Amino acid sequence: MNISFRLNGEKVEIDVRPDRRVVDLLREDFGLTGTKESCGAGDCGACTILVDGESRLSCLMLAAQLQEREIVTIEGLSDEETLHPIQSAFVERGAVQCGFCVPGMILASVDLLKRNPTPTRHDIREGLSGNLCRCTGYHKIVDAVEDAAACLKDDPCR
Amino acid sequence: MPLRDVFLPRTLDDLWDTLEQRPESMVYAGGTDLFVRLRSGSIAPPSLVCLERLNEIKGVRDEGEFLFIGAATTHGFLLAHPLTVEHFPILAKALAVLASPPVRHMGTIGGNIVNASPAGDTLPPLYVLDAEIEISSRREVRRMPLADFIFGPGEVLLGKGEILTGVRVKKLTNENVHHYEKVGLRKGQACAVASLAALLRLSPSGVVEEARLAWGSVGPTVVTLTEVEHALTGEVLSHDTLKGLIPLVRDNVSPIDDVRASAEYRRIVAGQLLLRLQQYRWGGP
Ligand SMILES: Cc1cc2nc3c(=O)[nH]c(=O)nc-3n(C[C@H](O)[C@H](O)[C@H](O)COP(=O)(O)OP(=O)(O)OC[C@H]3O[C@@H](n4cnc5c(N)ncnc54)[C@H](O)[C@@H]3O)c2cc1C
Ligand code: FES
Ligand code: FES
Repeated sequence: MNISFRLNGEKVEIDVRPDRRVVDLLREDFGLTGTKESCGAGDCGACTILVDGESRLSCLMLAAQLQEREIVTIEGLSDEETLHPIQSAFVERGAVQCGFCVPGMILASVDLLKRNPTPTRHDIREGLSGNLCRCTGYHKIVDAVEDAAACLKDDPCR
Repeated sequence: MPLRDVFLPRTLDDLWDTLEQRPESMVYAGGTDLFVRLRSGSIAPPSLVCLERLNEIKGVRDEGEFLFIGAATTHGFLLAHPLTVEHFPILAKALAVLASPPVRHMGTIGGNIVNASPAGDTLPPLYVLDAEIEISSRREVRRMPLADFIFGPGEVLLGKGEILTGVRVKKLTNENVHHYEKVGLRKGQACAVASLAALLRLSPSGVVEEARLAWGSVGPTVVTLTEVEHALTGEVLSHDTLKGLIPLVRDNVSPIDDVRASAEYRRIVAGQLLLRLQQYRWGGP
């Protein structure tokens, strides 16, 4: 099946099995290994991507569903030189240990801050409730998202 | 894995054509239940039909006295919709604790209904709201109460070539208590071990004038107990009233043991959940 969609800002077209999971397509066919797979069943959020700006799980989506969509993976969030403010905040706050959950956490945070630019710590926990981290204990992740929200609010940060 | 065709119809007419040409295919909307089952190998349909592009069955329509919710409407969309929040706080409360944001952006109300899990979070609210569902095929549109549609865990009255197209709920005027609570093994993203939806009309002095109650995860389908509703009606919504009804609840639910909890624990929780209603006695929270 021929599928065309936008991937990280660029128009792409690929001939692929329609029932290929999106996470496999991204990692294996496009080499975008920033998208991780852990549970493969919707529980962990490691495979989170943005579909038309909304967080979704690429382990529960089939290639055919990408048709005409706008997809952003962690690789497309910033260019090679600069980091997205949420990425910087994760680095500065030390919200990363093994890093496996981080692409999903960051994309889920992008979605959260778009809906709610001034979240409370509770809102952040709720917003990231679909993303599991086995290392950090979450506190620093919440700190980082709080920082990023503050920074995104006053434009100079960008 | 053999190659599976995946169809993405844009209109209901396209859908009916596909279902006629490929009668063995399975439909899905968000895939958040179906893909988990496909992965376990318990089902292996040769082709799949995705409903996510069918605008005709997506979104919320104001029909005056009623609200019509398209079956392929995602939980996330519904939770953010002003009409849900305004008329059906009980449903909004359930949606807010259903899974996690990304699952809510994919999963749909139609999927939750057809999946017919005793733990489905939209079901207890839809039962107390007397929701009516709409089933369509190329030839006809049928309507029936949700409670008649679901007849067992995962068992619904859906024929070949039919899909669920939506849910119709009557807007409420007098009910001033909208309650939903689920108890799970963790707070975020956990299936209910037991849940309670309650819709009450309370007088200013805290007397229950009307009560609708429905429990999730404590029977093969949603459990409604008219004897408890009757016993509550006319009483003050006090700790003592509610506590007095706990044995009636415990005796009339029929939970099972599973990986999440024992039947006995569920029986206890189903009763205790009633006590939460006392918080509304003086109009709060
Ligand atoms: C990690 C995770 C956590 C979850 N947590 C919860 C939770 O807390 N509470 C809860 O209630 N659920 C939960 N679920 C289950 C699931 O997300 C919901 O039941 C969701 O509403 C299913 O909708 P869907 O569109 O994804 O269904 P799908 O998987 O697309 O479909 C489910 C079933 O319904 C059928 N179907 C779907 N739409 C139609 C239609 N319009 N007409 C006819 N048949 C149809 C499909 O054939 C399939 O059999 C969770 C799932 C995951 C993966
Ligand atoms: S890999 Fe997709 S949610 Fe865990
Ligand atoms: S940093 Fe290791 S899983 Fe989150």
